[in-house]
Amino acid sequence: MTGLTLTDIRKSYGSVDVIHGIDLEIQEGEFVVFVGPSGCGKSTLLRMIAGLEDITGGTLKIDGETVNDIPPSKRGIAMVFQSYALYPHMTVYDNMAFGMRIAKESKEEIDRRVRSAAAILQLEPYLDRLPKALSGGQRQRVAIGRAICRDPKVFLFDEPLSNLDAALRVATRIEINKLHESMPNSTMIYVTHDQVEAMTLADRIVVLSAGHIEQVGAPIELYNRPANLFVAQFIGSPAMNIIPAKIESAGAQTTVTLTGGKSVTVDIPTDPAESGKEASFGVRPEDLTVAEGDDFIFEGEVALAEQLGEVTLYYIEGLVKDQPIIAKMPGNHPSRRGERVRFTAGRETLHLFDAAGQTYRRSSDG
Amino acid sequence: MNPLVQGLITIVIGVGGCVGYFYLSNLVVDHLIFPAKGKNAGRNINRANKVRPWLFLFPAIFALGLYLVYPVVGSFWRSLFNRAGTDFIGLGNYMALAASDEFRTAVLNNFLWVLFVPAGATAFGLLAAQLTDKMRWGNVAKSLIFMPMAISFVGASLIWKFVYANNADIGLINAVREALGASGPIDVLQIPFWNNFFLMVILIWIQTGFAMVILSAALRGIPEETVEAAVIDGANPFQIFFKIKVPQMMGTIVVVWTTITILVLKVFDIVYTMTGGNFGTQILPSYMMAYMFRDDGRATAVAFVIMLIVLPVMIWNIRQARRELR
Ligand SMILES: Nc1ncnc2c1ncn2[C@@H]1O[C@H](COP(=O)(O)OP(=O)(O)O)[C@@H](O)[C@H]1O
Ligand SMILES: [Mg+2]
Repeated sequence: MTGLTLTDIRKSYGSVDVIHGIDLEIQEGEFVVFVGPSGCGKSTLLRMIAGLEDITGGTLKIDGETVNDIPPSKRGIAMVFQSYALYPHMTVYDNMAFGMRIAKESKEEIDRRVRSAAAILQLEPYLDRLPKALSGGQRQRVAIGRAICRDPKVFLFDEPLSNLDAALRVATRIEINKLHESMPNSTMIYVTHDQVEAMTLADRIVVLSAGHIEQVGAPIELYNRPANLFVAQFIGSPAMNIIPAKIESAGAQTTVTLTGGKSVTVDIPTDPAESGKEASFGVRPEDLTVAEGDDFIFEGEVALAEQLGEVTLYYIEGLVKDQPIIAKMPGNHPSRRGERVRFTAGRETLHLFDAAGQTYRRSSDG
Repeated sequence: MNPLVQGLITIVIGVGGCVGYFYLSNLVVDHLIFPAKGKNAGRNINRANKVRPWLFLFPAIFALGLYLVYPVVGSFWRSLFNRAGTDFIGLGNYMALAASDEFRTAVLNNFLWVLFVPAGATAFGLLAAQLTDKMRWGNVAKSLIFMPMAISFVGASLIWKFVYANNADIGLINAVREALGASGPIDVLQIPFWNNFFLMVILIWIQTGFAMVILSAALRGIPEETVEAAVIDGANPFQIFFKIKVPQMMGTIVVVWTTITILVLKVFDIVYTMTGGNFGTQILPSYMMAYMFRDDGRATAVAFVIMLIVLPVMIWNIRQARRELR
């Protein structure tokens, strides 16, 4: 069953177009994360779903019903804000009960729902406190509790962890994950600019940039098979290394010449017409290894080495202008700073993008 | 002497005096009273540093004492003397006040003023703040509502004298009455009891602008997300205003309310100009004015009573304002 359907959703502020036509289907019970750089329109899109912003164009359906002109409270949604947005003059209990009191629920029902939400989020000892007497993590749990009390079809989260410190962020992330598992019928839409949050929480990630969708897919799919350069560089940390290249010979396998003159053959099929065109060659830092012998992809001087214990990062400069190539290798490796080192990677881990930034797909991708 | 030279000399004496005072007083503390040598050098340095803030504070404390504390004490002292200031009569003036019908009327009326003017001005100010918020012509509307603040109380009273004029060709009220077919003009300032309210309207009219400006700022300070959360929770505009916005502005509302309350206990101009305290419209400040220069003993006694009434409101006001700042 369909949870949400977005058809050609657009948003303009006056003459400024912010969202340029989003088409998306979200299944009931799915956990979808909108991710993208700051200012790409994630919040705007979420707020349109919530009904806090008017939809300039397109249709939005929740549970099969068009809700473009339905007020937020009737859409069956609940929202958790980055700034918590708790009512500062109300106790934790009243914060969670407010919506139900407006809806004139019975006292018993309100009490039952508040207490069960408080139990899920371990907020019972704090029900009589004012928000200002809570820590950031507790406040955000109250905000989540308030959302649970609304018993919504769709939960909307707008960067709910951004105001928390790193340790709390991880803990709260895990809690949100558990919450989703305990409510398998609730659809959740979660906005973040943090790709780690996106990877860990999502059933499906929607990568947005400048008001349009770059790619939609499961986290691992986006990691392994990015549809374009933008997604390739956005997902994964450190970002994928991109080396300008030129296609030498197209075919079932493609041979490219990297800047610097080295020829590399990848098992990605290309149309013969592509021969001679500019392209971008991509390889993730974690796929690189130090090459033994003559079978290597590139060679360069290690400008900097970061030994973190669990991994070692080599920064190779001079190959691509103003952009070090990073190699991330598990375990402890010697610094090798100042040495010329050859690197290689498994053939199946290499990526190739055309001049417009679109991925040349592998034959196995279908 | 040339005024320019006079001015320069004043500046030189003033600045030089300050510098000299701080220099010399520090010198005295550091070298004569607590010298930083000998066997108690360490202790003396500590003591000198404890004393030093008071050296710097002293001029301010002295000036405040001279201009704030002395008048209070002096007024109280004067209120214990007779009309001419020659005979000590103890609490005689206060007894006379307690026995005076006019004083009692003034207290009662003042009570009404304190009740209705801050309430009215705050309520209208809040309404104006909410209605002009995010409105396209909001700032123009705000300027218009704020305008009366720029008029003196006497000026405002004169304007309202026209509004209340006992003549349908001049007075707005009587013009409206005539248009509605009422017979003959009336003087609203002579209607017993209700005339008080016609006077209060003037102060409310003036103070609404003040309340609106402060409350507008408070309204802007409310986090937009709390309002959005309430929208999602299904609250209608009235519920959002009264259950989400007003409670979050409560601190500011109290400050505005008490500030206007204090003002109410000081304003004599309106009553003085409009009715001169006649027709049962006397309030404490105008009552005080009525005695000033005729019987300073009585007048200072009234002033002291007013101060006693204002003081607790003032303390509350300052406390609340401090809490708002935090
Ligand atoms: N009220 C507004 N008026 C004009 N432009 C806006 C408004 N709100 C947001 N924008 C613009 O819309 C774009 C997307 O904003 P937003 O959805 O908040 O981004 P994100 O949440 O992805 O960081 C930004 O470029 C922002 O400047
Ligand atoms: Mg945002």
